[in-house]
Parts: sequence; structure tokens; C-alpha cells
Amino acid sequence: MRAKDMNRVLYIDLTKKDNKIEDREDLFDEYLGGTGVAIKLLEEECQKGIDPLSASNPIIFAVGPLTALYPSASKTVAMFKSPLTGNLGESHTGGRSAMAIKLAGYGAIVIKGSSDLPVYLAIHGDEVKFKDASSIWGIEAVAVGRILREVEPGAGVRTIIRIGRAGEKMVRYACAVCETYRHFGRLGLGAVMGSKKLKAMVISADKSVEIPKEKRKEYKKVYDEIQDVVVITDAMEKYHDLGTAGKIYDLNKIGGMAYKNLESASAPEEIAREFSGENIAQKYLSRRVSCAHCPVGCIHLASLRELYEPGYYFKTSTIPYDNETIYALGFMLGMKSAEDYLRLIDVVDRIGMDAISTGVTLAWATEAYEHGIITKEHTDGLDFRWGDAQVYSEAIEKIVRMPNEFYQNLAKGVEHVSSVYGGRDYALAFGGNEMPEYHTGIACYLNNLTGARHSHLDSAGYDLDQKLIGKEFTLEEVVKGLLKEEEWRQILSSLVVCFFARKVFTAERVIKALDAIGIENWTEGKLEDLGRVIHRAKMDFKFREGFDLAKLRIPKRIFEVPTPHGFLKEEDVRKAIEIYAEMIGR
Amino acid sequence: MTKKLAALDVNKCIGCMECMFACSRRVGRGGFDKSAIRVRSAGGIERGFVIVVCRACENPPCARVCPTGALRERRGGGVILNEDKCIGCGFCAQACIMGTIFWDNEKNKPIVCKYCGECIDYCVHNAIGMVEVKGEA
Repeated sequence: MRAKDMNRVLYIDLTKKDNKIEDREDLFDEYLGGTGVAIKLLEEECQKGIDPLSASNPIIFAVGPLTALYPSASKTVAMFKSPLTGNLGESHTGGRSAMAIKLAGYGAIVIKGSSDLPVYLAIHGDEVKFKDASSIWGIEAVAVGRILREVEPGAGVRTIIRIGRAGEKMVRYACAVCETYRHFGRLGLGAVMGSKKLKAMVISADKSVEIPKEKRKEYKKVYDEIQDVVVITDAMEKYHDLGTAGKIYDLNKIGGMAYKNLESASAPEEIAREFSGENIAQKYLSRRVSCAHCPVGCIHLASLRELYEPGYYFKTSTIPYDNETIYALGFMLGMKSAEDYLRLIDVVDRIGMDAISTGVTLAWATEAYEHGIITKEHTDGLDFRWGDAQVYSEAIEKIVRMPNEFYQNLAKGVEHVSSVYGGRDYALAFGGNEMPEYHTGIACYLNNLTGARHSHLDSAGYDLDQKLIGKEFTLEEVVKGLLKEEEWRQILSSLVVCFFARKVFTAERVIKALDAIGIENWTEGKLEDLGRVIHRAKMDFKFREGFDLAKLRIPKRIFEVPTPHGFLKEEDVRKAIEIYAEMIGR
Repeated sequence: MTKKLAALDVNKCIGCMECMFACSRRVGRGGFDKSAIRVRSAGGIERGFVIVVCRACENPPCARVCPTGALRERRGGGVILNEDKCIGCGFCAQACIMGTIFWDNEKNKPIVCKYCGECIDYCVHNAIGMVEVKGEA
């Protein structure tokens, strides 16, 4: 297959247990792939106002033209209607997912319908099989991977995407786990899979992409240039050495890290040292691994050896750690030791929930419990206290088991649970999505409020905030900067390249990279226009589903704690949102 | 001096598969269906990786079972494939207990490492490299 012919979309109907393949040149030619194609497929497949947990909600996975052809083009985009926000759901992951989907011969996979009994999908190239998953229903995400590794072919060239018990029980922020240590984390893809009784997907590669003969020399040249830049840029050092955890200490030091449900934006020095990338690496780092076709190797795995029963019964667990989870399950919950934090990640990963949403929801619950809004009657006897990993582990189990109404509400996220019990001022969600770690200034909150996914990666407001420290700026400049970044990121996530390699994939290099595989005639102007078009298409979907910039809830807490830029003012944030509305014509 | 490709330190392998991609890129393919090297997890990523590539045996079993002489022993170790003579019987792949002979489904012929070293340029963590074959004069 040639690169420009990689336009096949696999449509799977879980209700009828049927599938078909269609060539969607129309979409891939115009929107590249990834996010661009996914939003168009979502427009086609997702009717207005549907229940995200009904059979009619589609799940779309999409890869892009650079996937499997260039280093660090290693991500898959998932799109769906989010059961957490009731609006646009978009989540990305790496692992081996992108390589496997592309080399199985697909540009995108659309999954619709709902199965009557638990199933998993075995997609080996053109062969698509629906397999009974009754015997693995109720099994944790890690074990499901181990079982399917043994019963399905394709070792080394496949991806295994699965859900844990949280997804089955439709916890609104359940994630889908990929290759054990990577996740489609945010916005509840796991719950959507659970609602369809889709426990897992195994996708294996059996094809390759043929580079046109006349382009081969150029392809190798461009490939080598990109490879060299990936290896020599700061990405390598920044993400390989200590990994994303490397910035924890400094972020806390400047006072931009939410601690104990943003009671403050800086944890005590000893906590910051305990959770620093340096400390965790020295004590627990056991292995660094990478996504398929990325030389960086940012994935950091910790090894935790624990005595769990007297009599020399030790267990050793391998646990992935990241900047964002250190924030959500470490800082937000007032953990005192890295070991406790690692234990919590292990619990969350096995059960299959988004670590950020879990941490933020439990942080709200802890504060609400302190204020007496929540009592032991609600918590089913648990005594929520900052830093108590054992209680939090039990609470996570209860969120999935839902023994009472309180836990049923907790399983719907902090926006929902605070609407039932109060404590809205410190319910840290934006657009219905629990907040990412940063309390760096106005840009990070504008990102959280206006970004299409309400994810810190939408427009990297946290990054802009830090660049602006000590500088004069206007609200217009900030909003303009964020919008420009978010629009360009639509191109990166349509290609699909990892945001960690964003500095490598400049417009100029993207054009060369496309040309060298036979996808010609892209210009910087065309790419920029497309970025805007894709961004607006996503916003159109959001507005169609009821998103309203004027009605965005902003938790008061963020105005009560100083950022590195000082206290934020609500009127400034509202004004900036108005500027944003005007800029996107809403 | 004859050289061969070798897994120098499998503990340094991060499983990026860049070697696999590099191998197929030699023939203008993006992917690894033409690759003579494979990396897979050793039964779960937490256990690390296995690098599967021809180790250029002395007196190679794969060449010994080839009924047509398509695979012949290379001086100093390893094999050289003459595709014209190959009938695609697959005995060589069965004879390699290391599993380092892969299969080209389009041609119905084995894929054997040529020891060219193209892949090592892309192994930025130095898990693989070229080494001199022992016993070579």
C-alpha cells in the first residue's frame, strides 16, 4: 500500500457483529488523519443529543499520514461523546496502538452499537473477529492484557487496548488501558467501551507502506533529519532522563502546583523533594521504555517491592509514573511518601480509571468531609484524610462497587458530585473535566475553560504562563497565543505526532515529511488554515451539544490562592473568555 | 574483517522498534514486513525486551537444512541467501531455534539478516551494534 492510499476506515457494528471497510480518500485527503478525520467521522456518526452511554455513541480511533513512517509519529486519537462532560470526548495514547492500527491497514476504526454479551475484538490485518469475553469480564485491566497476549497472535507487532472493572461499571472517568502502562486516560473512553460490553481490542500489524520509488532517497533524507532533531533536541534529555516527573520540583517551587485540592499552590519543601523526578528515579525507577517508533523513551516504570504478609511474602509491582499522576494522586491528595503514591497508581491502573479525575474527585471529597458536608454515612465508614493511601484505595474500590448513592455520585466526577452535595467553590472541574495540575496563571485556566478537550494539552496554557513570568502582557495577547497554539496542535494531532516532539515537527518539516512519502502540495498556509478548520469543527460539535462560553462555571478556589503571577481575578478571566468568543466568532 | 550484528546490551533496549523500521526502510517500506530484526517484550514490558536477530552462528543449522543450496555459510559465520535458488520450503526457519529467520509472505522466501548495520544507526540507546565475528583470520 502507498502512503497516500492509507485511507481505509474499518466500521464495526457491535450489535450486529458485523464489519465493513470503506475507502475514505475524501476525508484523509482533506483532513490528513487523526483529529481532523476523527471529528469528521464523529459528525457523521454521532447524532445530536445522544446518551454517551447508549449504543448510538460511536468510538473512533484514528491515526495519520506520518504514523509508522517517521519517528515520534506514535499516537492514536480516540474520539467519542464523553460520558463525563456530556460533550466532545477526545483522548490520545501511544504505546503500540498507532503502529498497529496503521500497519493492520487502517487510517481509522469506527465502532458502533452495543454487544449483548461481553466481547473483545481481534483485528489481525483484514481479519476481524468478535470473540466472547465473558470469561474475562470482571477482570482487572493488567490481567486482561496478560491473558490476551497468550491467546492472540501478533507478539511484538500488536496493541492490546482494554478496560478494567471501572469501565465495565461505567464510572464516567474510566480509562482504556493500552500496553499495560499507557492510557486513553481522559474523558471516559473506558465507560463508553463498558457500555458497549467491549472489554478489549487486539490489533496486529501485517502490512507495510510502500514509499514511491522516486521518493525513496528523499524519504530517507527527511527521515534522518527528523531522527537527528528528535535525538538532539531537549525532548530527549527532558523526557528520557527523568521523564515528565523531572519538572515536578520546579513547578512546586514557583508556586504553580495544586496541593491538597488547591489549598495552596506549593507543597512543603520535603514533600516536593519526595515527589521530585530525581528522588523517584533514584529509589524506584526500574526501566524506561518507549512507544513504537519513538527513540525518546519517556515512559518511566517504577519497581515497588513490598512485604504484604508476614513470612517473607513479598510482591514486586511495576508501576508507571508521570508528572500528571504525581500531581493528582500525590500532591492533590496530600500524600507524604512516593511509595504511597505509587501504590495508589497501581490501584487506579488495575481498576482502570483516569488518574487525574480520580485524584481531583477524591481531593474534593476529602475537603468536603473536612467541612462536614460529607459524613461517614456517605463514605460508608471511611475516614477521608489527606495522605491516607489505604483509605483512598478503599474509596477507589467503592467508587467502582458503588455501595451507596454517594459513591454512585462520586463515580460521575466532581462536577456532578458537587452539584448534589455542595462544595462547588472547591470542585475543581472545568467544562466538566477535572483539572490538570497547573496553577501557573491565567493562561492555564483559559486553556482549561476554552480548550476543546479541557485538557492542559489543548493549548499548553501552563507553558505560556511560565514564559510570561515577569513580563507585561495584555489579555488579547494571551488569548491569541493560546488560540494559535491550539489550532496548530490540531495539525500535530492529525498527522499524528506526539506533542513531546512538537518542536521537531515545524510546518516546514511537516511539508517535507509529507512530500517525501508522496503526499504532495501542502503549504504552511494550507496547514494553518486546516488547523483552524479542525479546531472550529470541534468547537461546532461542542456548541451543538450545549457548550456555552458565557455559562462556564469557574470554581472560586482558583481566585483564592496566588499563582506565580499573583492572584487571578474572575473579571479578567471572564473578559478573556469574551475575547476568545469573539476570536472564534461565537 | 567479517562483522555481524549483535544485541550488545538488551537492558538498554527501550522497545522503540526503530531497528525494525530501519531494516524495512532499506527496501522503501514503512513498517517491518521486510525486517530481519524484531523486538518484542519478554512476556510483558516490565520484564524488558527480547531482540531477535541472526547471531551468525558458526556451522549454521539453517544452511545445513537448505535443500537447494540457496542459503550458504558465510565465511566467519552466518549465512548468505541466494533468492533465485530458494524454493520457499521454510526448512531454514524451522531449523533456527532462535527464531531469527523471518518470512516474506509476498515472495514466499525467508528474510535473513545481511549484517549491513543499517539498523544500528537508529539505535540511539546502543542496545545493538556491530561486532567482529570470532575466529575470523
